Amino acid sequence: MNAQRLLGIAGFLLAVFVLVPWGIAASGRWDFYYTLTSVALLSIGAAGVWLTFYIGRINIGQGAYALMGGYVSAVLITKAGFSFWATLPLAGLFCAVISVLIGLPILRLRGVYFAMVTLVLTEVTRLTALALPVTNGAKGITSIPLPSELSVFGLTIIPDFATMQNPKLAFYLLAATLMVLGYAALWRIVNSRLGHLCRSLQQNEELASSIGVNTAYLRVLAYAISSFFGGISGAVFVAISQSIYPSSFVVTDSINFMLYCFLGGLGYVFGPMLGTLLLYFGWDLLSVAKQYQLLIYSSAMIALMLAVPNGILSLLDRKGGQK
Amino acid sequence: MTAILEVKGITKRYGGLTAVNAVSFDVAEGEVLSVIGPNGAGKSTLFKLISSFVPATAGEVLFRGTKISDLAPHKVARMGVVRTFQETTIFKSMTVRENIVVAHQLRAKASLLGFFLGSAQAKADEEAFGVSADEIIRFLGLGAIRDELASNLPQGHLRALGMAIGLATNPTVLLLDEPFAGMNHDETMNMVANVRRLRDERGVTVLLVEHDMPAVMKISDRIVVINFGEKIAEGTPAEIQANPRVIEAYLGSEDAAIGM
Repeated sequence: MNAQRLLGIAGFLLAVFVLVPWGIAASGRWDFYYTLTSVALLSIGAAGVWLTFYIGRINIGQGAYALMGGYVSAVLITKAGFSFWATLPLAGLFCAVISVLIGLPILRLRGVYFAMVTLVLTEVTRLTALALPVTNGAKGITSIPLPSELSVFGLTIIPDFATMQNPKLAFYLLAATLMVLGYAALWRIVNSRLGHLCRSLQQNEELASSIGVNTAYLRVLAYAISSFFGGISGAVFVAISQSIYPSSFVVTDSINFMLYCFLGGLGYVFGPMLGTLLLYFGWDLLSVAKQYQLLIYSSAMIALMLAVPNGILSLLDRKGGQK
Repeated sequence: MTAILEVKGITKRYGGLTAVNAVSFDVAEGEVLSVIGPNGAGKSTLFKLISSFVPATAGEVLFRGTKISDLAPHKVARMGVVRTFQETTIFKSMTVRENIVVAHQLRAKASLLGFFLGSAQAKADEEAFGVSADEIIRFLGLGAIRDELASNLPQGHLRALGMAIGLATNPTVLLLDEPFAGMNHDETMNMVANVRRLRDERGVTVLLVEHDMPAVMKISDRIVVINFGEKIAEGTPAEIQANPRVIEAYLGSEDAAIGM
């Protein structure tokens, strides 16, 4: 059982870090790097959304934090001369702090009311980015330099992206590493007592508080972690596109984050990752269908929701497999 | 006999409606005290006031001399005053044992970060919770259903599970919300025995709100009767059974009933 799990992890890491780059090099489909990098980054944001689902809240506002994280990174790099590597955790932390301030009042709401407020949040963030002087309004921030060298005690850990022969591969590896770290953290949360307490919140908040769980604190904590993930995801997106506009993340993106979780499976840690891969990659592959792309995509999504309402990973359970 | 819980002039108004009006009584350490009253007498509101799930309009509740009536429910629980709920309030998609293990939150010494990182304290806590959960399962005779999903349990077991969740917090005072409602005779007798053992073997003070008269008479050291939000009687089961005001509240006075 434990050996099986180790084997699974090893296989996954091998696929992500060796087989994918090898496959792309062999097939010459360099555009897949951009797609798969996006999948990895979006799945980090989706992991955050999944965690808010895990405490029983429908979160349709992850786009707001991705946008915030992106702007924090962009502003710090271009205006304050920070290294990208320093802005990455700062973007996450900034989002976590903001989410605590926003979360304290709104996390009292449940169900559709919380969902509606988070939905508005993305739009509010977009309008704020339009209005603030530091974000440069609708013109956005462009020509952001690529990530510079990261060194510790003079030892180069990651070379300057601008000098690389293949920055696409480097970005892919960066995104994949962050994804692996993010999901490892999420897995650990869910399988530790922290996760059990989150489940207790999801199932019955009153009972949870009667057994001594500080429900308000735990809700805000989960939401802050969720937003941290969103911020990280946004910051790396900005580094890749070297630009950010108020419309870089819109309501549609927030809804997509939620759909990735739904389709992958709300009961499974790796649900959002699989959901992101299938939906994003599927959308990309369907571009061959030209004007029918959206039609086929939507029909497939409806069919999936009808056939496997608990997410694609619930198929494993039906066969008697484990979570 | 020292009072562990003092209810002092507690009052709750919803707009113009006074649900509970200046009710006062003491709960002595180690006793089983029942609050009874006809439907709509304000029992449930009183129960929520004592467990601090709704704020009082006036009056206060003291636990060992400390005011608990404005504190958040989890803080009251942390002090040792823990309530149970009626049958539907359990963690439905967890097993019986998972329900009880998770309910040990109050006894956790490790921080949440400690649990995340798997510190030595966290591991010790997890282990202690498991041992304690198994002990509670034995105490309440839930061994046969320990790995059953809570959503699959029948009424009687759900009540027992609710009590197990309450016990996991290691309460000083346990507040039971209608522990016998919807139970058949055997289940009720079993529950009565469990409540008695709770007090005798674990020294837990029990305050319960209940409809079922025979069970209340059997189980209680003292009984408080409320009607229309006010306390109308207090005493031993024998005293309550003989009290004319109680009989009137339950059966209606003859004169009032025929409108004379």
